[in-house]
Amino acid sequence: MTDATSANVPTSAPAPHKSSLLTQTALMKKRNAAESRFKAYGIAAITLSLSVLAIMLWTIFSDGVSAFKQATFSFPVTLDAEKLDPRGNRERDEMMRVTTIGYTNLLNQQLVAYLADRGISTEGVSDKDIAAFISRDTPARLRDMVLANPDILGQTIQFEGFATGRIDGYLKGRVTRDTAERDTNISVAQLDLADRMISEGILSASFNWSFLTAPDASDQRPEAAGLGVALIGSAYMMFLVVIMVLPLGVAASIYLEEFAPKNRWTDLIEVNISNLAAVPSIVYGILGLAIFINFAKFPQSSPLVGALVLTLMTLPTIIIATRAAIRAVPPSIRDAALGVGASKMQTVFHHVLPLAAPGILTGTILGLASALGETAPLLLIGMVAFVANYPAGPLDGGMLDPATALPVQVYSWASRSDPAFIERSAGAIIVLLAFLVVMNIVAILLRRKFERRW
Amino acid sequence: MYDAPTPETRLTQNTLKITARGVQVYYGDKQALKDVNVDILDNTVTAFIGPSGCGKSTFLRCLNRMNDTVASARVEGEIMLDGENIYDKRVDPVQLRAKVGMVFQKPNPFPKSIYDNVSYGPKIHGLTRSKAELDQVVEDSLRKAALWNEVKDRLNEAGTGLSGGQQQRLCIARAIATSPEVLLMDEPCSALDPIATAQVEELIDELRASFSVVIVTHSMQQAARVSQKTAFFHLGSLVEYGDTSHIFTNPSDPRTESYITGRIG
Ligand SMILES: Nc1ncnc2c1ncn2[C@@H]1O[C@H](COP(=O)(O)OP(=O)(O)OP(=O)(O)O)[C@@H](O)[C@H]1O
Ligand SMILES: [Mg+2]
Repeated sequence: MTDATSANVPTSAPAPHKSSLLTQTALMKKRNAAESRFKAYGIAAITLSLSVLAIMLWTIFSDGVSAFKQATFSFPVTLDAEKLDPRGNRERDEMMRVTTIGYTNLLNQQLVAYLADRGISTEGVSDKDIAAFISRDTPARLRDMVLANPDILGQTIQFEGFATGRIDGYLKGRVTRDTAERDTNISVAQLDLADRMISEGILSASFNWSFLTAPDASDQRPEAAGLGVALIGSAYMMFLVVIMVLPLGVAASIYLEEFAPKNRWTDLIEVNISNLAAVPSIVYGILGLAIFINFAKFPQSSPLVGALVLTLMTLPTIIIATRAAIRAVPPSIRDAALGVGASKMQTVFHHVLPLAAPGILTGTILGLASALGETAPLLLIGMVAFVANYPAGPLDGGMLDPATALPVQVYSWASRSDPAFIERSAGAIIVLLAFLVVMNIVAILLRRKFERRW
Repeated sequence: MYDAPTPETRLTQNTLKITARGVQVYYGDKQALKDVNVDILDNTVTAFIGPSGCGKSTFLRCLNRMNDTVASARVEGEIMLDGENIYDKRVDPVQLRAKVGMVFQKPNPFPKSIYDNVSYGPKIHGLTRSKAELDQVVEDSLRKAALWNEVKDRLNEAGTGLSGGQQQRLCIARAIATSPEVLLMDEPCSALDPIATAQVEELIDELRASFSVVIVTHSMQQAARVSQKTAFFHLGSLVEYGDTSHIFTNPSDPRTESYITGRIG
């Protein structure tokens, strides 16, 4: 525009100029507008993804945080030796004859008696309904306690035990009087009684360590279900995956990048690695089932088989990331090393790998993170089974014992009908996320350490 | 094209270090060097000059087999170092490169400390037996490269944190720390200011006492200043080779003359 005016109208300006720097040309305006638009798209995209993330985290946390709390009751229990050790000889084998039913009855009677003792009104609640406050898990715990230490028989102990899932839910707000009216498992009168027990300090909610340590529990006892076995299983698998996938992946990448001749075969290998990275994970599960369980006869549901499958699954990702990191090391560094007479191997290990380490690390952590959250292949090799016993220690063959994994536990709880399991499922997701965050922090710290570039 | 060693050079008793006979280099199907024959003397600075893309670097990289790292490169002919063909199957290029050091066109220090840069070669070749000895080698090399005074207080700082010219001198120090017999330099001064260039040229002149130095340069003045022998390459052929004084004053090939007078290039 300025062009046109200054060209047509002679001005008295000292130096004739074609355009002023103080006004933008039409083209410049267009370019600037395009740039602002692009920035706005970027900000919109980031805002959108952040808000979706926030919503996701919010739902998970609002559903799941309560899994870390647990309603427990606490009241004095007199361990009646007559009932719990009828022969009176404190022989373990003899005492084992008293099943959990015996303990259940004892606890029920004592709770009813204790409430009456304290003068807490149990109006409208039958003795059976009071007994229903006690989790089915609790008598078994008391039995284990007594069997482990028969000397406490005859004494009166302050016993703490889980309340059932519905009462637990009431303390956490999941069960309300509205839902209780529609629920055959709990009545409004029971909730009133629960209120009175809370105010008397018999019933309370506290942090639930057993959610992290206890093994899974059956459908009737959501309050007793924990992540212990899944955590051990996931930890074993991650450990095995790291020690298998890192050496394999890095060695393969170094060979392919630095040593392998570039010919049709290596091209073929390259294409296949990329293809393998895109294979759906469940296919690796089928492969693992066929090879490791049916052919090699490794034990089903074991962390070893899970780790082998996850290693196969993450290997291509790690090879691709590692090769990219190695390729990003400037060739002039290789020339420099070769030029002073370093061998190829020395060049790679003294110069290329240290420079590629941060990239390799990032790739590895990404691969491990996806392996940690992987469910489908583990379902196929039987890791979804209900496992009530802890696997043995890592040196006692624990990697061959049946176990589950965190994401599988999430899946199996989410598919049970009791809403208490949904809460646990969300709680397990929180633990899984915490695991991931810890792994990422470790990765960042390691990166920092390696990235201390000169 | 190729001049036999003249009587004067024999008089100075410089022995033959490298003899190249019928060297042809191909990158894939493309021929980059055609039938190059050259004799490089010990304790002499030999300059390679010629227009861009004429194959100077290619030939230089033949002399320490750096071309082996280029997958498409193929070298024919024979290059003798002290009478041994370096392209013989039994020769390990790694061992060769310990004898024939190289300084690259772009400074490429390792992303490590200055000390580690210089000590790397002696370390991997096991040239020193003690830390004190290694320290001495590092100091000597840095002194020879005219860098010691600038870096002696910060040997543990990053080599890549130096200025471009300092980096290049560091690379020279790194190359001479392994005490090679031949030092190949591919345009070592292209990133240097006149002062650093003068220092490096002085260094090259000193290095001549212990090594045979081959230098690629685009500066006629530099070639004239530092070298005793000059080779002029053009389009992959060695056009003329002889005493520097002779080439610059009385070139026998018209192409050499037009190049040094600035008419082709
Ligand atoms: N790695 C390579 N692959 C294919 N062709 C190459 C390669 N390196 C060099 N060439 C070719 O070989 C020829 C000679 O290259 P060279 O690098 O030796 O030239 P030069 O004389 O050093 O040039 P300059 O003075 O610009 O450095 C050029 O035509 C170049 O394109
Ligand atoms: Mg060159």
